[in-house]
Amino acid sequence: MSSRNPHSGPASPLRRKVLYGLAALPAAGLLPRRAFAQAAGANTTGLAVTDTEVTVGILHSVTGTMAISETGSVEAEKLAIEQINAGGGVLGRKIKFIQEDGASDWPTFAEKAKKLLVSDKVASVFGCWTSASRKAVLPVFEQYKGILYYPTFYEGLEESHDVFYEGQEATQQIIAGLNWITDTKKAKTFYLLGSDYIWPRTSNKIARKHIENHLHLEVVGEEYFPLGNTEFNSVINKMKLKKPDVIYAIIVGGSNVAFYKQLKAAGIDMVNKQTLLTISVTEDEIRGIGGENIVGAYAAMKYFQSIDTPDNHKFVDAFKKMWGAESVIGDVTQAAYEGPWLWKLAVEKAGSFDTDKVIAASPGIVFNAPEGPVKIHENHHLWSNTRIGRARSDGQYDIVYVTPEPIEPDPFPKGYQ
Amino acid sequence: MLGYSLGDLASIFAMQAFDGLILFSVFVLMALGLAIIFGQMGVINMAHGEFMILGAYMTYLCSTLFKAYLPNFYGIYFFVAMVLAFVAAGALGMLTEWALIRHLYKRPLDTLLATWGLSLFLQQAYRSIFGAREVGVDVPGWMLGAIPASDTIQIPINGLFVMGLTTLITIAVFLLLFRSSWGKKVRAVMQNRAMAGAVGIDTEKVDRFTFGIGCGIAGIAGSAFTMIGSTSPSAGQLYIVDTFLVVVFGGAQSLFGTIASAFTISQAQSTMEFFLSGSMAKVLALLAVVGILMLRPQGLFVLKVRR
Repeated sequence: MSSRNPHSGPASPLRRKVLYGLAALPAAGLLPRRAFAQAAGANTTGLAVTDTEVTVGILHSVTGTMAISETGSVEAEKLAIEQINAGGGVLGRKIKFIQEDGASDWPTFAEKAKKLLVSDKVASVFGCWTSASRKAVLPVFEQYKGILYYPTFYEGLEESHDVFYEGQEATQQIIAGLNWITDTKKAKTFYLLGSDYIWPRTSNKIARKHIENHLHLEVVGEEYFPLGNTEFNSVINKMKLKKPDVIYAIIVGGSNVAFYKQLKAAGIDMVNKQTLLTISVTEDEIRGIGGENIVGAYAAMKYFQSIDTPDNHKFVDAFKKMWGAESVIGDVTQAAYEGPWLWKLAVEKAGSFDTDKVIAASPGIVFNAPEGPVKIHENHHLWSNTRIGRARSDGQYDIVYVTPEPIEPDPFPKGYQ
Repeated sequence: MLGYSLGDLASIFAMQAFDGLILFSVFVLMALGLAIIFGQMGVINMAHGEFMILGAYMTYLCSTLFKAYLPNFYGIYFFVAMVLAFVAAGALGMLTEWALIRHLYKRPLDTLLATWGLSLFLQQAYRSIFGAREVGVDVPGWMLGAIPASDTIQIPINGLFVMGLTTLITIAVFLLLFRSSWGKKVRAVMQNRAMAGAVGIDTEKVDRFTFGIGCGIAGIAGSAFTMIGSTSPSAGQLYIVDTFLVVVFGGAQSLFGTIASAFTISQAQSTMEFFLSGSMAKVLALLAVVGILMLRPQGLFVLKVRR
């Protein structure tokens, strides 16, 4: 428009104006043309994206044994999606989600993942909780070029082109915690406990290497219990005999409740006498355990609900407003909340919903999460701080330590395998 | 075990023995209800764990209600909860018997499938009503912690409580089965249904009542286990394997067998857990049970009955 000049003539100022106008022409044309290019390039692979909506998938267990753990993740992801939509959506499109139930069954996870990617053509999926379910859907995501945002802290030893790991890999959670407890408690001996499957075993392996080879201290016992075990009295007696300075516990699920109740009943006083460090008990688990049974225990996580920052207060308030004042937010729940936001930032950086472009654009993205800024690493994990919390009787943690710098994710740690 | 003082070892042995007894009580409490239902009636009740969890949820409800409305009586809510758990689980059991089980007495293997379906149904019902997450059942302060008998010996109060409860319920069941006219009828029906009916016993009523009592005891067990375990929709699954193990190993039809097998398994398991690791102890205990059942498929104790 600006090129059309009513005062056409050969005069020199006028000529300058015309030249200006000509110069402005491409600039003026650029905006709409680029917007058009975006609309066309935003989705070149036939994803479920319209001019007003983009569809994503949520894939967690809401039935079966894992529903206990995964419910928080579902809630956090829905909150994030709602907030993103309230802020205008992604590339001008509202997020619509299709929720599928993995039903705590790994083949079901794979089947539902395929359904989301192939027939629903979702732009990304937020889901899975256990490593077993992630391993089950991995080939599906790799074959059909989906993106999975995985919220749980896990054992590491994995790096997929199609997965972003929002939780800590093992070294992020373990090493800082052990260093801190050794420094402050002058610990010399450790007793490692775990549920009997891949995550606790890998984590304890890393912990043992770190204790023996780097801290030059002693592991006086290491034991595993079947998932769902409800009897811990014998091992508690053994620990009473060996008197470890630190009990390092990675017990999960219903066993957790039995373990801490029996620890309390056996007269082990975690407030004054026995130091216990866990990487498997978040605020979510404490609801089942009961604060009075675990008060005094230390946990190494990246997030605690009690983090005292304006960002976190806002997040906690929004979460409680959506899911009820009684709800609590554990480490994984907060990590799950990051998923939709990280995806949104990557899509906007890529200017496209195409999974290849989103994945390529992701490394380096920084998001101001409730836990503080997190950054996506080249290896698809997040740089994040580790915090040590001490359990209070009301089921929350007092944060007693934060790493000074975010810890670099290292899913294949050298010297720890 | 070198390098430990004699006093230490002695106290650990004392504690270990006591913990073995607690595990024994837990096993008996879990298994009594099933021993009645599976042992006496021949119904393979896969939903046993879910009846227990119903008791646990009743306890949770009671705890919440007492805290909100009767805080002065909070210290004794647990006893009210156990009665409620018994009533609720028993009532649900009688309903189940009426709606489901009574049609299947002639096809005992089908009860396995039917009750398994019921267990899935109940789990999802709990999930819909109470939420998928674990609920924390608060226990009155006097039931928490341990009595320090000496510097190194600590006696867990909840363990004592479970032991006392188990003793009481076992005695009650024995009296009911072997000293009451109802018990006589139950035993008559189980030994020969047609004959029992012929001499004028209302077999349907006896069946319903027996099933109800079995489920009710499961409810009490679930209520007591809120002190030592977790309460979640699928927590019943944690107990079902051990429960069947105890009942089958003891010889399904003998209550005495159930108690003997609970004692054997619990002592073996807790001793092995002390010397080996948790998973290994479980594996060895299961292997031993499998081995013994191969040699003696009828279980430890058998009731001599003419068939």
